Parts: sequence; C-alpha cells; structure tokens
Amino acid sequence: MIDAVARIGERALGRLAGIGHGARFFARLLAVAPSALARPRLVVEQLHFIGNRSLSIIAVSGLFVGFVLGLQGYYTLQRYGSAEALGLLVALSLVRELGPVVSALLFAGRAGTSLTAEIGLMKAGEQLAAMEMMAVDPMRRVLAPRFVAAVIAMPMLAAIFSAIGIVGAWGVGVQLIGVDAGSFWSQMQSGVDVFKDVGNGVVKSVVFGFVCAFVALYVGHEARPTPEGVSRATTTTVVASSLAVLGFDFILTALMFGTD
Amino acid sequence: MPDHAPFVSIESLRFGYGPRPLLQDVTLHVPRGSVVALMGGSGSGKTTLLRLLGGQLRAQSGRVVFDGQDVGALAREALYRMRRRMGMLFQFGALFTDLSVFENVAFPLREHTRLSDRMIRDLVLMKLDAVGLRGAAGLMPSQVSGGMARRVALARAMALDPPLLMYDEPFAGLDPISLGTIAHLIRNLNDALGATSIVVTHDVPETFAIADRVYLLGEGRVVASGTPAELRASSDPYVAQFLHGARDGPVRFHQPAPSIARDLGIPS
Amino acid sequence: MNDRRMIDVLVGAFVLLGLAALLFLALKAGNLASFTIGGTYETRARFDNIGGLKVRAPVKSAGVVVGRVAGIDFDDTTYQATVRLALDGRFRFPTDSSLKILTSGLLGEQYIGLEAGAEERMLVAGDTIKLTQSAVVLENLISQFLFSRAAEGEKRP
Repeated sequence: MIDAVARIGERALGRLAGIGHGARFFARLLAVAPSALARPRLVVEQLHFIGNRSLSIIAVSGLFVGFVLGLQGYYTLQRYGSAEALGLLVALSLVRELGPVVSALLFAGRAGTSLTAEIGLMKAGEQLAAMEMMAVDPMRRVLAPRFVAAVIAMPMLAAIFSAIGIVGAWGVGVQLIGVDAGSFWSQMQSGVDVFKDVGNGVVKSVVFGFVCAFVALYVGHEARPTPEGVSRATTTTVVASSLAVLGFDFILTALMFGTD
Repeated sequence: MPDHAPFVSIESLRFGYGPRPLLQDVTLHVPRGSVVALMGGSGSGKTTLLRLLGGQLRAQSGRVVFDGQDVGALAREALYRMRRRMGMLFQFGALFTDLSVFENVAFPLREHTRLSDRMIRDLVLMKLDAVGLRGAAGLMPSQVSGGMARRVALARAMALDPPLLMYDEPFAGLDPISLGTIAHLIRNLNDALGATSIVVTHDVPETFAIADRVYLLGEGRVVASGTPAELRASSDPYVAQFLHGARDGPVRFHQPAPSIARDLGIPS
Repeated sequence: MNDRRMIDVLVGAFVLLGLAALLFLALKAGNLASFTIGGTYETRARFDNIGGLKVRAPVKSAGVVVGRVAGIDFDDTTYQATVRLALDGRFRFPTDSSLKILTSGLLGEQYIGLEAGAEERMLVAGDTIKLTQSAVVLENLISQFLFSRAAEGEKRP
C-alpha cells in the first residue's frame, strides 16, 4: 500500500520535474531567440524549410476548406433567406478561427514532425554534442533559428490559408451557385473588422507559432536517441501540438471575442 | 620537448550516472606533447572521462585540470572559451549531415573567426589535404564511407589548431587500411602541431604502435599505466587478460547468477 | 552560392505572399479601406438610451457612412449617455443636425443616423449635437402597445 503511494508520489515529482525542465528550456530558447535574428542567413534557410515547404499543403487545404465553407454556408444560410451573408460567414469563420487553427494543426503535422525528427536524429548522431565541444551553443545555432522561423512563418501561412479559403468560397458560392457577388464582398467588408477579427487572428497564429515551435523542438531534443525513440517523439509532437493549439484557441477566443 | 607540468590532470575523480559510481578514484596525468591512450573494457568509463574533460559532465568529487584550469569550476562562458582549445573526434565522426564535407571542416572557422571566405577556403583545403580528403570537399557526409567520415571529422577537430585533441574510439569498426591510416594521422598530426592527444580505445595493436603512455582502466580505477613496452612486459593479471584477450581473468566471463543446475531444475 | 540565391529568392517570395495575403484580408475582407485618411473631427451628443450601440458603430447620413462612434461614456450628473462621434473631415454638417439610433435590418447592429439640419453655421470639433433621439427599446415598445390596446379595450364598451 505504502509502495503504491510512494510510486504515485514519485511519478508526480517526475512529472513536475519534467514540467520544470520544459519551462527552463522554453525560457532559455526565448532568451536566445533574438540572437538568431543577428544571423539572418540561418533564419532564412529555416524559413525555406518550414515555410516554403508547407505552402502546398496549406494552400490546397485552404482552398478545399473554402469550398466546403462556401457550400455548407450557403445551404445553411439559404434556409433563413440570408444567402447574401455568405461572404461574411466565410470570412469570419476563416479569419477568426479556421485560418489560424487549421493551419497550425497542419503545421504541427508537417513542419513540426520534421523539426522533431531532425533534432532527435542530430542528438542521436552526437551532432549536438559535437557542436557543444566546438564551443558553439546548439541552442543558438540550431534551435533558435528554427524557432524564430516558425514564429514568422505561422502568421504568414494562416493568412495565406484564410485568403485562399475566401477565394475558394467565392468560387463556389458566387461562380458556381450564383450568390450575388456584390453582397458577398460588401457584407464581408462591412462585417469584418481589421483589428478585432483579422488582427486577433494574426495574434492567435503567432501564439500558435510559439506553441508548435516549442513543442516540436523540445520533444525532439528530449527524444531517446534510438529509431524507436525518434518515431515516438514525432507522434508526441503532433499530439501535444494539436492539443495545445486547441486549448490555447479556446482561451484566446474567450479573451478576445468574449468581452463584447 | 614535453613540458614537465602535465597538460591535463585528473585527480581522484569520482563519477557515476546513477547511484553507483562508474569511476571511483581515477588519477592520471597527460604530459604536454604526448599521445596518451586510455584503454579498458566496454563500460569501463573511458568515454565518460572524455566527457568529464570537456566539461559536458561534472565530477562528483575530485578534479579535472586542463592547462592549469579546474574544468568543473568553470561557468558557461569560460567553459566555451576553454573548449576552443580542444578538438574532439567523436565515435563515427558526428559530422553535420546537412553540411558538405567542406562546410563541416569550415564550421569552427566560420563560427569562431572572422576570416574572409578566401582564407577559410584555403585553410579548409589544407586541413582536408592533411587527412588526404581534399578531393572529397564537395561531397555530403552521406556520400562518404565510415573511414572517410572519421577523417573528415579529424580535419574538423583540427580546424582551429587546438593544443589538445581527444579521440573517442577512433578505430572502432574500421577496415585494416583505414585503421592504419587513422593511427598514422593521429601520431603525425600530434607531432606536427605540437599538440597533446588523448585516445580512448580498446584497440591494442594500433594504439600501442603510436602511444607514448597507456592507462588501463578497470573497476573504476586506473589498474595499470606505463609505456606500451612496460605494459607488454607486465605480469599484472588484469593487463595480461586485456592484452591477450583472454576470456576469463580479473574480468569475469560469466555474469553473476545462481548455479546452472538450479536454473535448469536438475537436482544436484 | 547559386543554391543560396535560390533559397533567398524563394523565401522572399514566401514572405511577400504572406504579406499580400494579410493585406488582402485587411483590405478586401475587412473594413480598412473605409478608414478615413483625411482625418476626422470629434463631436458629442447625449442620449437617454443608446440601446445596443457599440463603439466603432457607423454614423450614416443618407445611408452613407460618414463617421464612427469613437467612444461611449456615462454622465452621472445628467444620468445620460454621452457618445463621442468621429466624423469624416471631408463632410460638414449644420449645427442643428439631428441624430437617431437606428437598427440595420431586423436583427442587425445599431448605428447612428445623422440627418442634416438647415442652419448656416457648421459643426466643428468639440461641438455638441443637441437634437437626439434615443434607441427604441423593444420592451418599452411592447408595453406601450399593450397599454394602448388595454386603453382601447376600456373605451369600447
């Protein structure tokens, strides 16, 4: 009996220690991140891997989500005779929620896992230790540029997702179904506020960028240096990033849009 | 001409990854300008000693002294400055897989110096030439063989002409030709650069051919030390078992276990 | 070196694309374009009841947006709501213009309708618009209706 309690206590302490370790890692990463900007070459390279390489999945997904929003939105609004509000519905859904959240989830799956695997394999191959022995801080040289690039890329990807989604919904709603083009855009423009909606969406995607980047880098760094360890780590990255993004989305939504 | 004060000194070192100490009481000295071999069976703590030397691990008691500085007492900044004077060759090379052979060797130069691209290019090519791989400069690490990767890593470790070179199992898994090449390089580079080298290995023939001094580790301590000739002539059972590769001796063959009769259920 | 240039170009294109998307969202989807670049002047007005009027609600005259609600305060000496209006600097209105709180559509947002007056003098920054009509509160309307029906019912027999 005492054994079981002791074991629970040990596990709890272990978890606490893990959280503390993670927090210190995050703090160190944040402290070192600005120095990465002093080496734009590294950040640009990472932006290429993280941003450019994610473009295709983000763009295609945005397009299809736009299509679906256009269709579903039309079917629902048309029941209440408000089909001209389609533009407004689609724009708000994308800019406030779907853009930041879905692109963050896709990012976690695509860029997050490759970051985790890369860091995990570098650790397994003793590359990070070799760098340390060469008096180069791996945090500065390897982790920080990736972190900064992810934080920059996220809002861009979210904006691209939303923009393409709106165009996709326009294509389906206006061109295919025949919703009035004028009211599609005018209702959207009068209903979508730059600061409250677009701005908050950008803030969300920046927060998600921090979250996804941190999770991917931390999990990769702490992975067991075996093939199985790295594979498990990539799964952990996707799961943890996704849950964190959804959780933060709820908190941010409540904070931003709740006070009205 | 070797200096009298040892370049590297390990005094009464005690360290363990868990509750059990791996190294109990290790004391050894590395004279300046010499090639010193740290030998021992697997799990004897040889690689751990290198990590303690480089400051990647901190000793639980005892001192690690590099050129007069207590490594364990250094803060991050000072530790990083100290590491610039050390070159380490990791087992299997640890080359940066996303950089070419050239860029790998150029890495320390780019990070720690403000030399022009042209100067760096010349230096890198010279280092690669010293290890015989100038022709492989454009290849990626995945395109070179194990032996070649290790030579590239050696060129990288030497890039800043460090006074101390450390080798972690440089002979592991190499074919006979590469074995000879690496051993040859370790000795010649050490003498040419006027550096000091510490080689962690369990490869007897190659090491004995190049080392000035050998330390044999066992059970967390230095069980024997001396020149290769002295060790060959030694009557210490530990040394004898190690040098001749005997199956049983001070290092037991059988892992402690209850009698086999009991395990198989045979009444005895 | 060529590889590096390629990467730089691609990343530059990516960042440009992202910024373009943001601009698109801000301009075409949002209401940034309707921001007055010429500057605004602020006037105030007092209402007994502003209903559901919110800050940044439009001020429309003849159906055209001519300004925005800049702020809503409560005056605890007159127990009225004080609304600050930011009017587009391009348009001038007479000092006897009147304000009404209207609803756009049946369930729409509330906005301020501005009807120009006849005076020669124009409103300047800091002026107060005197003629205001409060928002129609649904409950009051219903109780008014019921009351008048009850009164009618009494008159009949």
